[in-house]
Amino acid sequence: MKNWLCGTALAALATPILAFSALAGDVTTFTLKNGLDVVVLEDHRAPLVVQMVWYRAGSADETRGKSGVAHYLEHLMFKGTKTMAPGELSKVVEANGGSDNAFTSYDYTAYFQSIAADRLPLIMKMEADRMRNLRLTEDDWQTEREVVIEERNQRTDSDPGSIFHEQLSAAQYLNHPYGTPIIGWRHEMEKLTREDALAWYRLYYAPNDATLVIAGDATPEKVKALAEEYYGPLEPSAGIAPRQRVTEPPQLAERRLIYRDPRVSQPMLTRSYLAPERNPGDQRTAAALTILAEALGGNGQTSVLGRAMQFGSKTAISTFASYDGTSLDATTFNIGVVPAEGVSLDDAEREMDKVLADFLKTGIDQEQLARIRTQIEAADIYSRDSVHGRAMKYGEGLAIGLTIKDIEDWQGILASVTADEVMAAARQVLDRRASVTGLMERGEEATQ
Amino acid sequence: MIRTVFAGLAAVWLAVPALAAVDIQEVTSPGGIKAWLVEDHSLPFAALELRFRGGASLDAPGKRGAINLMTGLIEEGAGDLDAQGFAAAQEGLGAHFGFDSDNDTLSISARFLTENRDASLELLKKGLTEPRFDQNAIDRVRAQVVSIIQSDAQDPQSIAGNRWARDVFGDHPYGTDQNGTVEGLARLTQADMFEAKARVMARDRLYVAVAGDVTAAELGPMLDHLLGELPDKGAEFPTPPQIAMRGGTTVVDFGSPQSVVVFGQHGIRRDDPDYFAAYVLNQIVGGSGFSARLMDEVREKRGLTYGIASYLIDMDLADTWQGSFASANEKVAQAVEVVRSEWARAATQGVTEDELRDAKTYLTGSYPLRFSGNEKIANILAGMQLQGLPTDYVNTRNARVEAVTLADVKRVAKRLMTPGDLYFVVVGRPVGLK
Repeated sequence: MKNWLCGTALAALATPILAFSALAGDVTTFTLKNGLDVVVLEDHRAPLVVQMVWYRAGSADETRGKSGVAHYLEHLMFKGTKTMAPGELSKVVEANGGSDNAFTSYDYTAYFQSIAADRLPLIMKMEADRMRNLRLTEDDWQTEREVVIEERNQRTDSDPGSIFHEQLSAAQYLNHPYGTPIIGWRHEMEKLTREDALAWYRLYYAPNDATLVIAGDATPEKVKALAEEYYGPLEPSAGIAPRQRVTEPPQLAERRLIYRDPRVSQPMLTRSYLAPERNPGDQRTAAALTILAEALGGNGQTSVLGRAMQFGSKTAISTFASYDGTSLDATTFNIGVVPAEGVSLDDAEREMDKVLADFLKTGIDQEQLARIRTQIEAADIYSRDSVHGRAMKYGEGLAIGLTIKDIEDWQGILASVTADEVMAAARQVLDRRASVTGLMERGEEATQ
Repeated sequence: MIRTVFAGLAAVWLAVPALAAVDIQEVTSPGGIKAWLVEDHSLPFAALELRFRGGASLDAPGKRGAINLMTGLIEEGAGDLDAQGFAAAQEGLGAHFGFDSDNDTLSISARFLTENRDASLELLKKGLTEPRFDQNAIDRVRAQVVSIIQSDAQDPQSIAGNRWARDVFGDHPYGTDQNGTVEGLARLTQADMFEAKARVMARDRLYVAVAGDVTAAELGPMLDHLLGELPDKGAEFPTPPQIAMRGGTTVVDFGSPQSVVVFGQHGIRRDDPDYFAAYVLNQIVGGSGFSARLMDEVREKRGLTYGIASYLIDMDLADTWQGSFASANEKVAQAVEVVRSEWARAATQGVTEDELRDAKTYLTGSYPLRFSGNEKIANILAGMQLQGLPTDYVNTRNARVEAVTLADVKRVAKRLMTPGDLYFVVVGRPVGLK
């Protein structure tokens, strides 16, 4: 659906996070005079092109009390400019056989179109236009605020699992804005105004705060000429400063949450630990955590938690572990269990902790590590099949401050992670003091 | 004045882009297995799609859920490998297998690296021809399916979809959950799993599509080895359902701030001469883009929902035209009213010349863009075979869309859209709806 939040996109990306060292020659970068970074990812297999513009501003950059404004503005970006009527951009893209959408995350907001390669000038012209020339009428901003509230109703408030995760994140971060939901807290969303959205727009929507990614059947020469023509004349914003967000204090106390909702059918246990992210020139710990997540809970049949709890003690229906280090600031490492029929959440937690303790003692199985490496190499090849996927990978990496080199080194770093590094990362991150354990169960407590 | 800028541009770009033709080869193996192939040797892997027509509708009487459960067990142990051994072997090859079923089709998707092709297909063959259906695997996967059934029972989207299907299709497999029931699943045995496999996984209903790093010469022997040992014949296909389109609205009480709505009426057969006109009509009324009337009226103009779309659903034995959206409990009655009135407006007045032109340019322009990447191509090829389309359909399809006239759409809207039959299921605590 239109304007989906990035939670989905991130989850989809979490498995194949890969680089393209073998195809390094087809990546070209340049910067326009007004500060716009441009990346061209060539793939001439099909006459298709993807344009993405990534703004280095996401919900974690919002002013306190204005939660949801980054995402709200994302919606409003479809409302027209001096030369385009509301909805016209999407309509023109559609009328030309293309598709378009946008998404907001903690660290960035991105807009994209996918269209026949010969229509690249059309979409570049329109995307450049709305970077600086947005117009919002009185009707548009009010109706769209209703739409984002309906989006919150649909994605969060209608889904106990989403409410649960929102509460977990809020408890995980003592100080950092990752604790505030991307879509916003409802009571703050309801008060967002046209002026709030425009202030956000004027500050961040500018060539010197954006990266343009063009992927597919286009040559760097052509893209450069078009970028100069359409994006070149745009004025940079004077207010863009390096992003320095507040940081977490030491987390000294383990937190526990119990969420009860009559709509819960399947009790669930999850635990999140504060975890380091990928940083420029420093991605080894993140790579080790990526492997650790796969080893602990990647596949129910072969992972440590799956083998112990789904096959061994039969205390779980499913188990999982997840980690995505592609973020600007400290992220989380997550594990969880859906207990088997008749197994209480407390018993499931005790069992999970026993499995973790055993794992920390015995270490990662070398054969499993070898299989994970093979999968990572295979996933690298499979991922080259998707033009959109490649554009996502480079755009997201650059938006969180990585360099092209970091993005392309990632695959090699993943492949070279050793068993010792995995275990060192596990011991560093699996620290209960920096964790939140959440229990979700069926109950009659009012939710609204 | 606002629109003039792009009116000029659009005119220049409206011509259907000249896209490279997708070259579909029809391959018949020495053993007589037919397949469609698109070769692409730029990446060292291939995507293979297998389809068995009938899917979960072929459940034997009293065994609802058996085929779905069996599908989940194919990779849970085969030949000399138990479930964990099978999964480890797959990981060690970097291969990826997926197994899925719905009420028309059992689908198997495989991706494998060229360097590991033989070993990957050998492993997949084990799953297809020597599944073990070990009792402990049955118990484990059955518990997962039970968990899904219980989750669906608390999920407003599933509740709405299942209720709509039950009311429309009754006792036919299309009207019941392919997962089965908790009680029914408890009675399924290992023998039922072997029986379920024999009913659906047979060569007389098999369709094969491959895209990627495989040549036509290589493919034949590959297919004979992989699929040659499957039985020739499966179970008889069920008869079509009696469809009851009742009109009106059913409210299912569910405690949530938002109501989920599923609505629909009769559809149109894929081989009906009016199918393309209906397809274009649906794009105009309920397409997922922002140009569609429902999206414009319900979301853009009134802010009543985050998203709304409708679809022509062509199943093997029935055709429906369904849509879905969610609205706050206080707003849902108004949203339902808008949908009803848009349905009636289209039925009586048809669409405009501009709408028809935009829908056609979208549908013809977007079609070639679907053919990007081995996985997408293999999926499309499998779907075309299931629909009984010829390989040259990829070259004729856009001409058929182009041929649709305003009069066609108006006639089909009048013929097909029956606002009185439009049946709504609303799950939530809607204000002002009963």
